[in-house]
Amino acid sequence: MSTTLYDKIWNDHLVDQQDDGTALLFVDRHLVHEVTSPQAFEGLRNSNRKVRHPNLTLAVADHNVPTTDRTKGIADQESKIQVDTLEANCKEFGVQLFGMDDKRQGIVHIIGPEQGFTQPGTVIVCGDSHTATHGAFGSLAFGIGTSEVEHVLATQTLVQKKAKNFRINVNGQLPLGVTSKDVILQIIGKIGTAGGTGSVIEYAGDLIRSLSVEQRMTICNMTIEGGARAGLIAPDEKIFNYLKGKPMSPKGDNWEKALNYWNSLKTDDDASFDQELNLNAGEILPMITWGTSPQDVITIDEKVPNPQSESDEDKKNSIERALKYMGLKPDMAAKDIKIDKVFIGSCTNGRIEDLREAAKILKDKKISSHVSAMVVPGSGLVKEQAEQEGLDQIFVNSGFEWREPGCSMCLAMNADKLKPEERCASTSNRNFEGRQGRGGRTHLVSPGMAAAAAISGTLDDVRKYQN
Amino acid sequence: MQKFNKLNSVPAYLPIVNIDTDMIIPKQFLKTIKRTGLGKNLFFEMRYDEQGKEVNDFTLNQSPFNNSKILIAGKNFGCGSSREHAPWALLDFGITCVISSSYADIFYSNCFKNGILPIILEEEKIKELSEYANRKEEISVDLEEEKIIYGNNEITFQVDPFKKKCLLEGLDDIALSLKKTDKIENFEKDLINKKPWIFND
Repeated sequence: MSTTLYDKIWNDHLVDQQDDGTALLFVDRHLVHEVTSPQAFEGLRNSNRKVRHPNLTLAVADHNVPTTDRTKGIADQESKIQVDTLEANCKEFGVQLFGMDDKRQGIVHIIGPEQGFTQPGTVIVCGDSHTATHGAFGSLAFGIGTSEVEHVLATQTLVQKKAKNFRINVNGQLPLGVTSKDVILQIIGKIGTAGGTGSVIEYAGDLIRSLSVEQRMTICNMTIEGGARAGLIAPDEKIFNYLKGKPMSPKGDNWEKALNYWNSLKTDDDASFDQELNLNAGEILPMITWGTSPQDVITIDEKVPNPQSESDEDKKNSIERALKYMGLKPDMAAKDIKIDKVFIGSCTNGRIEDLREAAKILKDKKISSHVSAMVVPGSGLVKEQAEQEGLDQIFVNSGFEWREPGCSMCLAMNADKLKPEERCASTSNRNFEGRQGRGGRTHLVSPGMAAAAAISGTLDDVRKYQN
Repeated sequence: MQKFNKLNSVPAYLPIVNIDTDMIIPKQFLKTIKRTGLGKNLFFEMRYDEQGKEVNDFTLNQSPFNNSKILIAGKNFGCGSSREHAPWALLDFGITCVISSSYADIFYSNCFKNGILPIILEEEKIKELSEYANRKEEISVDLEEEKIIYGNNEITFQVDPFKKKCLLEGLDDIALSLKKTDKIENFEKDLINKKPWIFND
């Protein structure tokens, strides 16, 4: 029978299947961070259980870490306790940890691929919804809750039910200045934040194949914002070249064996999907979000919606609530939205290519005098690479702050946050109420668009600044 | 895990769609290393003003909803982050049943791990039940029978049989899976042969 890529990975990881369809799935790779793991380790300790495969588990502190000088440790006591707890737990249970002063430290979804821990055809989980990122490698990767983290630590398996198959085909070429961030924002705008609920999304089409590994990660990363737990892309030469020689990638004979298997990971030509969506890449424009849900998207040339033109009562209320929170007037032009802050970073757009994209726009330019802006590289290695390329100097010369790696203002668990009513052009993934700080207002954009907004002082069209 | 069987309560109604887990429990409360004590911070930003005073207009600050065990809400409840702090906060507040027309996947499965029953009903039925919140009248939820009883009416709902059994009996997922250790070991032996790179590198 013809099967999809998702079907193949699923079938290949079935440890057990009950008559009611409930399955026990083997987990090849488990990423752990400080926020969603303490209660899981505590559970193991209380029931005298061990970590079944410490060598299939990798831990890092990212959500709480300061992005300023770290030599003095963490000032916030609660954050410090959480980071210290992770360190103690990893020691006790024999799990490898990249500590705060390790240059490999960074956002969990950036370090997995960087180290070659992320591999095609594997099942990867982490107590974080953006685990979907790793699907760019053709792995089945999804976020789990803390109880499930404990389950995986104890059994190296997870209780799951099979999801539906959803394929999104993107064909054609992207116009100049349009990136994979715009593609995924466009997709979420079309399907809505619950559009992928209960499904695994496979991204296909010649545009997707033409994207770099890092651009693919941005798309898979935000799949969760469309409601699907996992998004994946069939692995190809670009993926294999990316992984070759990475510290945790297969070596020698195993590399050849792995490659052989990885080459088989694709959806059969005549496999059927429960749902399909086709998009023309040529019609996608630079996007922004105007509201408090990632589905609230418009192009940079458009206007903020007017609730009066909405007939559905629920939608009308929802638009009104979002406009009020965001401090925007109906029918206001996107380019007239004045911003106070710019944040470049996160597991969505904190990789080297993202920083290059923003730096290209910022080179020899200054950011607007009323804007304060920061770049938070996704990992110590991204930071090092950027510094070797001189990108840090471009950012600093334009007026950006150049910080230490971590999740930072994507979720504002550390000291980096918006003040009430401050407005931010952000390369992160969620514009929820209060996400970047209580009362803070977030507009999701690509790194190039964030750079353009920083220069103009309002949301603006990146194409204006293309060199 | 606390067993779930029957429940009577005046439901609280939040007519908001896409209630995300940042709204349910904002990030400053994720710094805890415990599962308990989050109830006072449930819906923090809607429930308290900037001075930390309770917002009178907010449903869960009003009697009898401050004691509701059932929460009725708009579609796509629990979207966003995977934080299990969201169901922990609901549970600690005293809410053990949520009723909505749809849920985000991760939140939905997190509920079952904590003795919370998330019920899925059509929008129309949600509107009907929300009247009971408006009138401050009790409804009852019977998991065994898969029924909600309100006034002289009842609605049936569906729940996955395995998840239902775990809730009814308060079963520990991990203990159940560990009973399958033989199968896990066999799978691993096979894996070492078929995909040696998974363990070796």
